[in-house]
Amino acid sequence: MNHKRITLFAGHYGSGKTNIAVNYALAMAKEGKRVVIGDLDIVNPYFRTADSANVLQAAGVELVSPQFANSNVDLPALPPDAYRLVQDRSCYAVMDIGGDDRGAYALGRFVPYIKEENDYCMAFVANASRPLTRTAEEALEVMREIEAACGLSFTCIINNTNLASETTADTVTDSLPFIEKLCELSGLPLWMHTVHAPLAQTLTDSLDNVFPLQLQEKYFDLPSQMLGNRPCSV
Amino acid sequence: MAERVLMKGNEAIAEAAIRAGCRHYFGYPITPQTEIAAYMAKKMPKIGGVFLQAESEIASINMVYGAAAAGVRVMTSSSSPGVSLKAEGLSYIAGSDVPALVVNVQRGGPGLGGIQPSQSDYFQATKGGGHGDYRMIVLAPASVQEMASLTIKGFNLADKYRMTSMILADGTIGQMMEPISFEDAEIETYDKPWALTGTDCKREHNVVNSLYLKPEALEITNMERYERYKIVEENEAMWEEYMMEDAEYCVVAFGIASRVAKNAVATARAEGIKVGLIRPITLWPFPKKALEDAADKVKGFISVELNMGQMIEDVRLYTKCKRPVALCNRCGGMIPSPEEVLESIRKAQKGEF
Repeated sequence: MNHKRITLFAGHYGSGKTNIAVNYALAMAKEGKRVVIGDLDIVNPYFRTADSANVLQAAGVELVSPQFANSNVDLPALPPDAYRLVQDRSCYAVMDIGGDDRGAYALGRFVPYIKEENDYCMAFVANASRPLTRTAEEALEVMREIEAACGLSFTCIINNTNLASETTADTVTDSLPFIEKLCELSGLPLWMHTVHAPLAQTLTDSLDNVFPLQLQEKYFDLPSQMLGNRPCSV
Repeated sequence: MAERVLMKGNEAIAEAAIRAGCRHYFGYPITPQTEIAAYMAKKMPKIGGVFLQAESEIASINMVYGAAAAGVRVMTSSSSPGVSLKAEGLSYIAGSDVPALVVNVQRGGPGLGGIQPSQSDYFQATKGGGHGDYRMIVLAPASVQEMASLTIKGFNLADKYRMTSMILADGTIGQMMEPISFEDAEIETYDKPWALTGTDCKREHNVVNSLYLKPEALEITNMERYERYKIVEENEAMWEEYMMEDAEYCVVAFGIASRVAKNAVATARAEGIKVGLIRPITLWPFPKKALEDAADKVKGFISVELNMGQMIEDVRLYTKCKRPVALCNRCGGMIPSPEEVLESIRKAQKGEF
């Protein structure tokens, strides 16, 4: 892959930015690049880049994370070494931006450096299965809000349409009209389709630019047949 | 198949409330439930509803009280410390017999505590919280789908019994994402002849109030209210049973703890331990019958909770202390691992409670 010096992932909250950022950083590290990943999410209290600290460390990816991430302190503060991401040009930087315009405000202070260097890619992560970005028009509205909040323009789009454990090949292919429309409305190219690795193999024949994602297992994961959504009652 | 969307637990509550006909939301932001307010702020103006961020939790619960008195479907949401602030309003709402939906996406306590998930408001939700004799219907979702379906159920039950329904969730279920659908939601509507809707000079005016000048009148009102509560206890308990048919040991857990417990039960079964799970879905009314029946069959219980042991008191109460009850717990924002629950099950099998 041909990488920009700085790659930013932004989008609607819950669109999959963090997972993609972690997987992308790992992929670059695998190519032998020196990579630093920055968690700039000051909005989301749970499920953060820092959850992947072990796997990132094992791959030699450096992590810049708010010191209060995953703690009991609800403080929207960024670490001082976040400036490394935009000032240390000797390494590749991956930046995970918080959701929506509220999350993107935190990026604003770094934008002058990013613009000055002008070697960046900012991807809008879109999931057509999310309730507030079900249409291309709604997704475009979120894009514009983020751009207005951070002062940086998107350069490409990532299709991360998924239904978590229920994702099938159809989930992805059914989203193609949505993503084509979003590309058309925004005038931006599609960078890639990000798909959970086991499913990605079945899509590579029919789709170009499929990027396989490894997902973290969580302690509360339950197979859907074990969820027991149908209760007994008296 | 119904259309599936990928939602956060908090968003599912907000969308379900709108689908249940709620057009009035009053709240104040607090982690980890803020997505409910954010979703309402985005959607309500587009559908002719009201989203209002009040100046405090106390103001927002009293706005809920006012809207409920006017007979509309209304809700507020908060997290543990914020719910404590709402306690006075909850008592006034109960004392006035008006229906409302209140969401508590719990975090660690007491005090300011922390922002990580917890179930330590079980006592507050099921035993009172505010002052006076009153009950709330308390619903404990264990999945994002249930965040939606129990929100709709909560509105229905609130209107049916003129009570507050509380969704008692926790930070993890609020923040986690799962695919869900809304298709089978049953929206019930109830006449509200008591509501303050304007008389048009055609009927006696209604009064919504929790003040009674004569003690005799207050006593009668309270007793009548408890007759209604008795009907709720008889008819509305909900629970899920998992592998209980031949179980010799019974894990009791609700919400996020039940998911961890279910994984542990499945692993224990693979080891040949006959263990099952009872998951209370309503915490009030507590599923007494399920526990009573289990007490006649199993050798012992294990209560798995994200607190210092609160539901365990009800497990002992409703099993009439017939069997030993062990506690497997973490607190402060920590969550027991499936291995920790499994260890408790193994100990129970050895007779260690």
